Amino acid sequence: MGRRVSPVSAALVRRAWLRTTLLLSPPLAWFLVIYLASLVIMLITSLWSVNSFTQTIDHTLTTQNFHQITTGAYPRIIARTVLLAALVTVTDAVLAFPFAYVMARVATRRTQRLLLVAVLLPLWASYLAKVYAWISILEKGGTLNWTFSKIGLPAPNLGFTNAAMWIAFTYIWLPYMIVPIYGALERIPSSLLEASADLGGSGRTTMGRVVLPLALPGLVAGSIFTFSLTLGDYVTPLLVGGANSTLIGNAIYENLLTGGNLPLAAALSTVPIVIMVVYLVVAKRLGAFDAL
Amino acid sequence: MTRGTLTRAGLWAWVAGVLLFLFVPIITIVLFAFDRSKVETWPIRGWTTHWFSVAFHDPQVRSAFILSIKAATVATIVALLLGSLAAFGVHRARFFGRDSISLLLILPLALPGIITGVALNSAFQYAGIPLSFWTIVIGHATFCIVVVYNNVIARLRRTSGTLLEASADLGASGLQTLRFVTLPMIATALVSGALLAFALSFDEVIVTTFTAGAQNTLPIWIFGAIRLGQQLPEVNAVVTIVLVLMFIPIMIAARLTGSENVARMAEPSRKT
Repeated sequence: MGRRVSPVSAALVRRAWLRTTLLLSPPLAWFLVIYLASLVIMLITSLWSVNSFTQTIDHTLTTQNFHQITTGAYPRIIARTVLLAALVTVTDAVLAFPFAYVMARVATRRTQRLLLVAVLLPLWASYLAKVYAWISILEKGGTLNWTFSKIGLPAPNLGFTNAAMWIAFTYIWLPYMIVPIYGALERIPSSLLEASADLGGSGRTTMGRVVLPLALPGLVAGSIFTFSLTLGDYVTPLLVGGANSTLIGNAIYENLLTGGNLPLAAALSTVPIVIMVVYLVVAKRLGAFDAL
Repeated sequence: MTRGTLTRAGLWAWVAGVLLFLFVPIITIVLFAFDRSKVETWPIRGWTTHWFSVAFHDPQVRSAFILSIKAATVATIVALLLGSLAAFGVHRARFFGRDSISLLLILPLALPGIITGVALNSAFQYAGIPLSFWTIVIGHATFCIVVVYNNVIARLRRTSGTLLEASADLGASGLQTLRFVTLPMIATALVSGALLAFALSFDEVIVTTFTAGAQNTLPIWIFGAIRLGQQLPEVNAVVTIVLVLMFIPIMIAARLTGSENVARMAEPSRKT
């Protein structure tokens, strides 16, 4: 009794909405003023053009950038990027699933923890180190050619090719696929697997009709990552790719930083956004988020 | 051998293969950092720590390193403040638009990084803001906020609100509850979030390219040096140093909040 409560904290306790507003205003202001506003400015910029005489941005609205990205080399670059992103996603899913399955359902507690750390380290290891490693492995005097020659096979010479890009992307994003699949598999109650076995389901039936459907949300969550990260990357193609390895990211990078054509770069940036939105909508339609 | 044991053996062989795939590149890069030769060729013929000393005395590497540390420090402080405010705001409140707010916070990680980079670059150009230290920080803080937010909200969800009520019932003021109950409860989550945010910022290159202008952060220096290909042995040493430096905060974060939590930071679409 008799403890004085300051009027400010009393008001904050009484009015929950006031407290929430005060807490959320600074972060929301940051995201609205800096992030969303920038996205909007980028979208508007995509409708401007560069005056070829003065090299300054002409603020007259035009759809010429969008015409440009549907002609010439761009459709092929976009197709190559989407195809590669899909290929990387599928490869990662195939590599990750059995691994995540062992982590979640086969390994003992101790091994499970060790495997988790084993995924964690490459996940958080320096991105450039991981890309650079593949140059050292795939180049002419690299470890892969050496290993092949020791076994008596011809040198694969994968350095600076699209295959090198595929391998490097698969490697860099693999942990991002393992973690969500592991999470989904770990949440499956053992009783469901026992029930399936009790009802006469073989190992294969249980895997196909119980485990896989329940792991699907994790797989989709991982694929959003592998797909999205490949769509926007320009560092990996520049470093490990070859002459025909230009991706959307490289086209954006070159137009903005060396070509001085920000409006065209902005127009190209809408492509990954549109692809990701379509991807997310399809994933949602497939019911992939229901169990997340 | 029964089919069951065969399947098991197959699964473990798969695990071994994937582990090999995950670790061979990292080990390769570290080994090449100690290669005496100027031109990388496997197998390594002679060993040296010379390239570490070259990297250590390179003024460009030094200034890039200092810029990266400064930017990561300021970005982490901003992320700590805004990320935990957002977590507190979203956690207890039930209001219309709550899901849109968590979606908005996650967007910079769910969309490709290049989008954030080009968007910020367009905005800076439009507003006539020259690229500087602060534009780097703004870019980094935008995606670091999510990491702190995820860490803090995960902790808040696991701690019970009755402790706060008990504190209030016992006559503590709002500030006292914050100081003696809430902060100790979320302290390790804050530290872990800060370490991860720092690591993320320290290593970032995709967004930074568009917000740094002519300045070199360490990743931008590495990217440029690999492309030029003139000082690759030194790059090997620098990259190895970065690997080791990032390893420390990640392991501390894993100790503080569990490896599971640190791994989960890779799930931007995680329902919050």
